[in-house]
Amino acid sequence: MGWAIYYAQPIFWRTIVKFSKKSLSQQTESEGMTFLYPALLVIFVITALPVIFTFVLSFADVQIFDPIPRHFVWFDNYLKFINDQTFWQSIWRTAYFTFVSVGLELVLGLAIASLINAKPFGWQFIRASLIIPWAIPTIVNGAIWRWIYNADYGALNALLYSLGLIDKYQVWLSNSFVSLNLVILADVWHSVPFIALILQAALSTIPVEVEEASMVDGANVWQRFFRIRLPLLRPAILVALVVRTVEAFRVFDIIYVITQGGPAFGTVTISYLTYLESFKYGRLGSGSALSFLISAFTLVMALVYIRILYKPETVE
Amino acid sequence: MSKFFRFTMLVVIFAMVLSACAPKADTGPKTVKVLAMQQAGATPEEMNAIVAKFNEANPTTKVEIEYVAYDALHDKITTAMAANPPTYDVVLVDDIWYAEFAKNGYLWDVTDQIDAKTKSDVFASAWDITTVNGKAYGMPWLLDEKYFFYNEAMLKEAGIAAPPTTWEELMAQSAILKEKGIVEYPIVWSWAQAEAAICDFVVLLYGNGGSFMDASGAPAFNSPEGVATLQWMVDSIDAGITNPASVTYLEEDVRNTFSQGKAAFALNWLYMYDLAAVNKDESTIVGNVKMSLIPAFEGNAAASSSINGSMGFSVIEKSPNKEAAWEYVKFLTSEAIQQEYSAHLLPIYQTNYSGDGLAKLTALNESNPVTVPAFNAQFPFSHVRPKVPYYSEGSVALQLAIQEALTKAKTPQQALDDAAAKWVELGK
Repeated sequence: MGWAIYYAQPIFWRTIVKFSKKSLSQQTESEGMTFLYPALLVIFVITALPVIFTFVLSFADVQIFDPIPRHFVWFDNYLKFINDQTFWQSIWRTAYFTFVSVGLELVLGLAIASLINAKPFGWQFIRASLIIPWAIPTIVNGAIWRWIYNADYGALNALLYSLGLIDKYQVWLSNSFVSLNLVILADVWHSVPFIALILQAALSTIPVEVEEASMVDGANVWQRFFRIRLPLLRPAILVALVVRTVEAFRVFDIIYVITQGGPAFGTVTISYLTYLESFKYGRLGSGSALSFLISAFTLVMALVYIRILYKPETVE
Repeated sequence: MSKFFRFTMLVVIFAMVLSACAPKADTGPKTVKVLAMQQAGATPEEMNAIVAKFNEANPTTKVEIEYVAYDALHDKITTAMAANPPTYDVVLVDDIWYAEFAKNGYLWDVTDQIDAKTKSDVFASAWDITTVNGKAYGMPWLLDEKYFFYNEAMLKEAGIAAPPTTWEELMAQSAILKEKGIVEYPIVWSWAQAEAAICDFVVLLYGNGGSFMDASGAPAFNSPEGVATLQWMVDSIDAGITNPASVTYLEEDVRNTFSQGKAAFALNWLYMYDLAAVNKDESTIVGNVKMSLIPAFEGNAAASSSINGSMGFSVIEKSPNKEAAWEYVKFLTSEAIQQEYSAHLLPIYQTNYSGDGLAKLTALNESNPVTVPAFNAQFPFSHVRPKVPYYSEGSVALQLAIQEALTKAKTPQQALDDAAAKWVELGK
């Protein structure tokens, strides 16, 4: 293909020069689009193409070692999960994980953001150190918490024991429900900074005058929070919620590191099930179907959020 | 702007993309990519040293090696197979995956590459690991099984003269150890939701007169013996004999707990002996670690039972450098290299276990005088897991059953029956 580059190059550079000499008003839309083609092509190849291919795979009986759809089973890959108890259990578990972890993150994030916004002594330090948990890769974070929860050497046992809250070391990860909540705790620690920083940035744009005016009108601290701050924060909360909900619903890595889905499948979420189906059992077809089901669920949740929280600004 | 220009732009872009995808010309040494694990067997430091030796002796080949945890190895291999050419030229394959990998055509059939001397010098049971339907798909490398370890100092302190020979005796000795306050939980196992749980279960199952599959190839682990075995595991936690953290532990956790003096008994692969009994950096109980035959249940026909956890190195069928890759596998499994690094994995060559070979092998390091006799005594009691193409999925079902019983989500009978039903479905 070297010849094509060789002959096309002069035309390419001539056009660039011609284009750059034109003033903004002389440039046409189609010329602009031409320069977008390379970027669009890259986006198509690395984003759209795999999605389309996965969609095709989800209708076929495909094994991982030969990822070419030859034998189509159409909706069988989707239907087989409808009657699968493991699937529904993992959906509920994922919903619980998402609801509790995002809920906790929002409450804690708002509290931390408000704290920083009040600019107490050392607030710059708090804001800078907030970034640390968020900057740690999830895998590393998982490994840290796996050690914290360790039954024989874990820091959690040592802490609770020295405080006198437990009389002997506990095996934290041997109970399904406890394990799920402990994974949530690890996830919250990791993700609270993200929400806190977004909300803190939004809080700092709220003019002080608005709150001062309401104080003059006699609003107490709760009224100021619920009637002024929260409504003004709504767009920022929406962004944080959508991003975190989608992330939490797809949770995989932190579970893989801390519990490997155990004990007794007690922490198997829908993404973990997709991993088992695709890579452990090698059924790429039904694994693809599962990943499309995840996409469908997250899309619905994002739409619900937008419906509830997004209100176009109108003059009342 | 002319249509001609836009067309030209597209041509240029495609040309650039295509030229980026084109294979590069062959220059310099051939690269052989190897996937190994960081767990039992040789340590990564030892594996790196072997690679360095090979690269030095073979200037036309350059071996690059990567390590993953055992529990990620299977998935890493299957994912790599989807690429063309595959990401690796040589992979470490567990005994239980050979049937699946051979069926899927991942591995190079090396039956004709093996010379007659190697064929006869290596244990027949080692060849069984890498052989599927009469064809050899790799070189056996790690001839491993589970062994029984005990802390002699703790037993002496409790006034116990000899290690247990039956599981009933182990329970009685554990009760004494607990009563005297020597150790809180006398035995630690690897019962996490992973292959490790299957290994320990199979050891106990065969020691109780049970078996994994029956003669017709149907699952038999839910037999009365299987149910009694799983019930015994549950009871041992309830009695405070088994460390309750075992439900979350893998082999490395077992090693850590045992090496820190927090257990009197443990089951593990061979590598634990050197690290726990000899290595002062890794263990606080150096000098107190002893090995003996794994106990069996009272009245069992065989005096002991163990599980075969052997692995082999195989060349990938689609690798562009099969010959170079095979040279590395031969080097890695050669008698000289196997002897040099025998502290963590014993050689696959049967000539090393008798006469002059034995004397030479036991003199090689501090661990071999203990581990070589232990191997000779334990290996006849070693059992293999079923070689079926659906093993990985069946294993997850059985892991789930064991964990459901241990966490009391189901009774042992119900849990094992459900897993057996899954095996029957997979075998159809």
